[in-house]
Amino acid sequence: MTPSRTGRGRPPMRPLPFALLLIIGLVLAAGPAPAEEIFVSNERDNTVSVIDTGSFEVVRTFPVGRRPRGIVFSRDGRQLFVCASDSDAVQVIDPETGRLLHNLPSGEDPEQFALAPDNRTLFIANEENATTTVVDAETRTVLAQIDVGIEPEGMAVSPDGKTAVTTSETTNMVHWIDVPSLKAVDATPVGQRPRHAEFSRDGSKLWVSSEIGGTVAVIDVATRTVAQTIAFEIKGIAGDRIQPVGITLTRDGRFAFVALGPSDRVAVIDARTYKVLNYILVGRRVWHLAFTSDESRLLTTNGASGDVTVIDVAALKAIKSIKVGRFPWGAAVRPSAGHRSAGAAP
Amino acid sequence: MRAARQRGHGPAERHVASTRHFSTRHFSTHTASRAATRFGPALLSLALLGLALLSLALPGGEARADPTPHLAIHYLERRIERPTPLNNEDPIPDDEGARGAELGLKDSNATGRFVSLGFSLATKRVEPGADVAAAFRALGNPRFLVVNAPVEDVLALADLPEARDTLLLNIGAPDTRLRDGDCRARLLHVLPSRAMLADALVEFLVFKRWTRLLLVSGPEPADALYAEALRRSAKKFGARVVAESRFDVHGADIRDSALREFALVTRGPEHDVVAVADEANSFGTNLVHNTASPRPVVGTQGLSPAAWGRPVEAWAAVQLQGRFRKLAGRAMRPIDYAGWLAVHAIGEAAVQLRTRDPDAIRALMLSPRFEVGGFKGRPLSFRPWNGQLRQPVFLLWPGAVVASAPLEGFLHHRTDLDTLGLDAPESACRAFAGGGAG
Repeated sequence: MTPSRTGRGRPPMRPLPFALLLIIGLVLAAGPAPAEEIFVSNERDNTVSVIDTGSFEVVRTFPVGRRPRGIVFSRDGRQLFVCASDSDAVQVIDPETGRLLHNLPSGEDPEQFALAPDNRTLFIANEENATTTVVDAETRTVLAQIDVGIEPEGMAVSPDGKTAVTTSETTNMVHWIDVPSLKAVDATPVGQRPRHAEFSRDGSKLWVSSEIGGTVAVIDVATRTVAQTIAFEIKGIAGDRIQPVGITLTRDGRFAFVALGPSDRVAVIDARTYKVLNYILVGRRVWHLAFTSDESRLLTTNGASGDVTVIDVAALKAIKSIKVGRFPWGAAVRPSAGHRSAGAAP
Repeated sequence: MRAARQRGHGPAERHVASTRHFSTRHFSTHTASRAATRFGPALLSLALLGLALLSLALPGGEARADPTPHLAIHYLERRIERPTPLNNEDPIPDDEGARGAELGLKDSNATGRFVSLGFSLATKRVEPGADVAAAFRALGNPRFLVVNAPVEDVLALADLPEARDTLLLNIGAPDTRLRDGDCRARLLHVLPSRAMLADALVEFLVFKRWTRLLLVSGPEPADALYAEALRRSAKKFGARVVAESRFDVHGADIRDSALREFALVTRGPEHDVVAVADEANSFGTNLVHNTASPRPVVGTQGLSPAAWGRPVEAWAAVQLQGRFRKLAGRAMRPIDYAGWLAVHAIGEAAVQLRTRDPDAIRALMLSPRFEVGGFKGRPLSFRPWNGQLRQPVFLLWPGAVVASAPLEGFLHHRTDLDTLGLDAPESACRAFAGGGAG
């Protein structure tokens, strides 16, 4: 296991020549998107790296709690929530200064979380004790702890805010939580080791990745049954190295991007036909994904190579890699003034 | 959450039925009111109190009292008298294997409750010298039997006419012959064979180009089998055993004499590593750093191939390690891992089918389409030609996972996992329908 990212068998992802960088920089500067910031949690460094999307450089790095993983912004971009798993806390941080504002009670070993459309209810997957903790971020109180399957990981809240789901990695199920009553009401079995869940924009479909199963299930939310199972095949890569983790969907409902872990690829899927259109080579062991607000760029966190790959969404090409901390895990774009409505729910 | 109660069959038998806890909605969803201000200790103690009350309310030890019908899994172990360990701080725990199975039960029930499936585990220990067949008959037609016993017991059980409906899962016998000519149709092997362990080690040595082995074997029959597996692997991957010697401590305390004692047996032609075959660890740990030439020790001690071990943490293994430590109060060992995986595989098959029907579960487990997760970063499955579970094997020293086999560059047309152990054409096993076909 060489830490070098020019390991054998992989096309090189060398830093782009300066001239090219300059051109990209100019194009970006001239483009419609104002620069914004993307925050990346570095699981092994206990830090967050901040990437400026004007230069696509790390502009600052600040320390957070131990083993930061899930990372999410409040709708107004003024508060950053970070799951500090080994500190057993969700930290609320001022993104401007990196200063810790306060901790939220989170239950043991928080890994991933999702913020409800009400902008205050956080659903937190507690990996070690098979529960989902529901926290009111304003009153800083625990509203409920809901028993789910073993090793809950993926968390998502439906766009209408009525349903939350968590995936349990060893139980291999999607657990459906009724938000008004805060009760687990149903469970849908999916492929081995479900990692991540993502609702479609209209709330009718739920996308769930299965890391060991090697598939993505598209679940019909109304019936809570698997409507489609998407499999992947990459020439020259053993099937069991293709391990779907992070999923992100474009707002227009056309594309889904799926991070495929140690295959070092991101799959591009037609979200209407469920056909895999392309595979994009990124860094090693790609975990999670985040769009810039205008969805022109997609950033991937590459755990094993300790960097972030920038993908040009229109061209479906990797255009840059940015060194961050060790084991970058999650990424979140900070909603800025010009884009305040972009990522927010109605 | 563990309920252990004595039943009427003597002190060696325990019954663990955590189903009942999970089948009770009472505290499976504890929703605090929105007004709740503090969470944590209060809630936890409430839950614990509830659990305690519930345990008191249940009639003693009768699994039948459970309103949820469950799938019965049995665990049968041959107790083995072991010599005093080389280092008194490092004994082999008495509950090795059983604790793993117990965690497998907990995990299976935690999952099963979402599809109205429950599991129970009955544990039986056979004393040294006692009849294993009689112990089996006392179980009353078990359909799923996790066996932690030496090879002779495994074969005796598999050949019992009363066991014709029993699926046996071997977690204690690494003997390659059970995956070869002595395989049995209803016998699955969760523990890697010695052949798999040796192949994992030799892949590593070949990768490093440390291909000249000086082999030191202990006096036990198991040591001879381990040494044989190393010779076979060396031949398979193009490494070479350049010299061999035997070592027997003859009851002496090697801890006092190790500095000089090993010079003779580790002197020989040019070699890259000293390979040791000493399964009982009667001298091996003291051989490390005490060789004649400055060479790494590999094999049963030093750099060791194993299905599991304390340094393993990748692929969320740290979760399993943590759950096991919480349950057993010690680190998870390879046989514990096999015990966990055996019960977990049965539970997984039942959940996939959403059934308690033992015939259907057995059929799925024996079919090539069955896959189960095992915290090793890839799906695991049973080989259709001899019932061996395909799995990565770690190369460990107590401080770290040095590498994980199959190593990069070792390829196989089916899956690189099949570079470890007996491949279909190499195995003389003909008891499985899928034999030879792959």
